[in-house]
Amino acid sequence: MSGNVILDVRDMMVSFSARRAGRKYRVQAVDGVSLSLAEGEVLGIVGESGCGKTTLGRTLVGLVQPDSGNINLKGTEVIGAGGSGLREMRLNVRMVFQDPNASLNPRRTIGDSVAEAADISGFFKSRAERSAAIAATLTAVGLNPSFAARYPYELSGGQRQRVGIARAILPTPSIFVADEPVSALDVSVQAQVLNLMMDLRDQLRLAMLFISHDLGVIRQISSRVAVMYMGRIVEQAGTRTVLDHPLHPYTRALVAAIPKPDPSRRILGAIEMGEPPSLFTRPHGCAYAPRCLMASDRCLVDVPQLRSVGADGRTIACHNV
Amino acid sequence: MLTVRDLTVSVGPETAPVDIVAGVSFGLAKGEILGLVGESGCGKSMTSLAVMGLLPQPGPRVRAGRVLLEGCDVTQLQPWQRVEAGHGRMAMIFQEPMTSLNPVRRIGDQIAEAVRVHEGIPGAAALVRARELLELVRLPDPKMQLSAYPHQLSGGQRQRVMIAIALACRPQVLVADEPTTALDVTIQVQILGLLRELCNRLDMAILFITHDMGVIAQLADRVAVMYAGRIVETAAVDGLFGAPRHHYTRGLMDCMPSRNSGARRLPTISGQPPLPGSVAAGCVFALRCAAVRDECRVATPPRLEASQGHEVLCAFPLARGELP
Ligand SMILES: Nc1ncnc2c1ncn2[C@@H]1O[C@H](COP(=O)(O)OP(=O)(O)OP(=O)(O)O)[C@@H](O)[C@H]1O
Ligand SMILES: Nc1ncnc2c1ncn2[C@@H]1O[C@H](COP(=O)(O)OP(=O)(O)O)[C@@H](O)[C@H]1O
Ligand code: SF4
Ligand code: SF4
Ligand SMILES: [Mg+2]
Ligand SMILES: [Mg+2]
Repeated sequence: MSGNVILDVRDMMVSFSARRAGRKYRVQAVDGVSLSLAEGEVLGIVGESGCGKTTLGRTLVGLVQPDSGNINLKGTEVIGAGGSGLREMRLNVRMVFQDPNASLNPRRTIGDSVAEAADISGFFKSRAERSAAIAATLTAVGLNPSFAARYPYELSGGQRQRVGIARAILPTPSIFVADEPVSALDVSVQAQVLNLMMDLRDQLRLAMLFISHDLGVIRQISSRVAVMYMGRIVEQAGTRTVLDHPLHPYTRALVAAIPKPDPSRRILGAIEMGEPPSLFTRPHGCAYAPRCLMASDRCLVDVPQLRSVGADGRTIACHNV
Repeated sequence: MLTVRDLTVSVGPETAPVDIVAGVSFGLAKGEILGLVGESGCGKSMTSLAVMGLLPQPGPRVRAGRVLLEGCDVTQLQPWQRVEAGHGRMAMIFQEPMTSLNPVRRIGDQIAEAVRVHEGIPGAAALVRARELLELVRLPDPKMQLSAYPHQLSGGQRQRVMIAIALACRPQVLVADEPTTALDVTIQVQILGLLRELCNRLDMAILFITHDMGVIAQLADRVAVMYAGRIVETAAVDGLFGAPRHHYTRGLMDCMPSRNSGARRLPTISGQPPLPGSVAAGCVFALRCAAVRDECRVATPPRLEASQGHEVLCAFPLARGELP
């Protein structure tokens, strides 16, 4: 870890109640996650569908209430002991969503959408100041200020995602939670939006929690990566360390399963790893054990805890690595 | 096996048709997987639905061209006529299996029904065949799963069930439109492996549609790259990835983060694809092409054979290994 830590999350637990076959269950979507972010740092979050990535992100922007745990933003406890800074957090930690269509109100102009968070908090002192801020923000994301008067349906997918980013940087936050922000975009547009996010990271010193299932995208933008499995972080280290030398059995399977755009490196037929267990029937011990080729007796009873392994700040939760 | 010639799919009035697929041609041999790749809206799904005779009605229609299955033109036949004529053994799978499965029927019954329709065998025997099909698609615990409902299965398992239903007609050609796009990579790799295995085992041809170059590289034997309703480049998968000749293909590969070797910024293709109907004269890629010349804006580019089996729709293609 480098620089000033601006966000520190400890032992976050989030659960939901759900109904299946007439019975009530508690689903532990986030199961004791700790992480920290330094100024200008991008932490990539990867893992299979349903492992809790979005829930973690939504908790950090105050959209979901955690059961327990602490969130410390720039030295202030937001949630946890004496938590007070929820409003502060809502302006300082902002979310960019996957689906640029669903996250924009079709009946509001682009300008109104971009200014929404600032309007709610009474940020502007005059209409002139507001218009100027909207124009500057649109320009910052590579859109012509005249877009302010337009409606979402007049925009392409890439332009809508730029608006999605614009509304998350007014007023300028210190942290972005980006939940699959480029997954719905075509590669040629995706490259433009990723370049924009990297520029903002550098110019505004934005820290980001960048959720993506595309490890190529993660490699491009993140400095560190955390791998999640069934609500827990199972491996975390610098991006290259995790992606080029994965150690946890799950990370290794995940990295191996990426379709490499190189026909001379085919992997089909080599990977049979089954499916993740359902959160309703979470296994005892290590949740990865039913799919793990290295599982031993201990894995079936003891939950492995994160511990430091090797260099680059790597932590791993596995009994046999 | 399957030959598509100058397929043109249009919308709008007869007098002023707008072509959303404009003169697409390709061939598909037994046991071969052809990957059709392109960005959203370029016409991949319309091509596959036209090949299957499943274009939504009313709306898009086949305005010109032929789809020959073992030499017989099927564009004029309804799907059921294709089956009756005995040369219609084509099946299709989609991105979201839930939309094509009946949520309130057990999957065993749904597969058995497909078996009955195609093979005319009665109830109990059809269920036996349904179980064989579930084994073929490697669904764990096939006997138990016959009585499961779709919502009780995961996305990957549902896609296996869809493949089982598609296989019920013993297809010679399977058309797969983004069947793994909604799945995790860990599940995707298993479904792709299954499709490759079935293609080899059953000597089935597969038209595989995707926007993901990585998936193409892993699965396809040959690739057709589509842009604005046209196939702009066709080649064997090694040839395409080793030395793309069309400027669009090259641009697509360059902007993929996973092919970027550490550059801080990603290369991009400027602009956006043209909307159907707004295609100007000359090359459809001219507005975005870094190598555009005056001729490109006037004359439709020729389809050049860059090397054996490697065709490119461009007047000034990239040379082998040339940097744009
Ligand atoms: N509001 C809710 N009520 C009940 N369960 C929920 C709710 N939100 C999420 N869950 C459950 O919590 C778990 C984690 O969900 P989450 O959306 O965080 O996953 P994810 O990692 O973002 O997945 P994906 O990659 O599919 O977006 C899932 O099992 C999900 O079904
Ligand atoms: N029912 C329809 N009526 C009119 N235009 C359509 C219809 N369906 C698709 N299109 C248009 O045809 C073009 C190709 O669409 P499609 O084949 O679905 O693209 P892809 O599958 O490559 O994303 C797009 O411009 C789309 O807007
Ligand atoms: S703790 Fe055991 S089961 Fe879990 S990943 Fe490690 S070896 Fe596999
Ligand atoms: S024909 Fe001209 S504009 Fe079109 S791709 Fe070739 S060089 Fe570019
Ligand atoms: Mg999510
Ligand atoms: Mg489509």
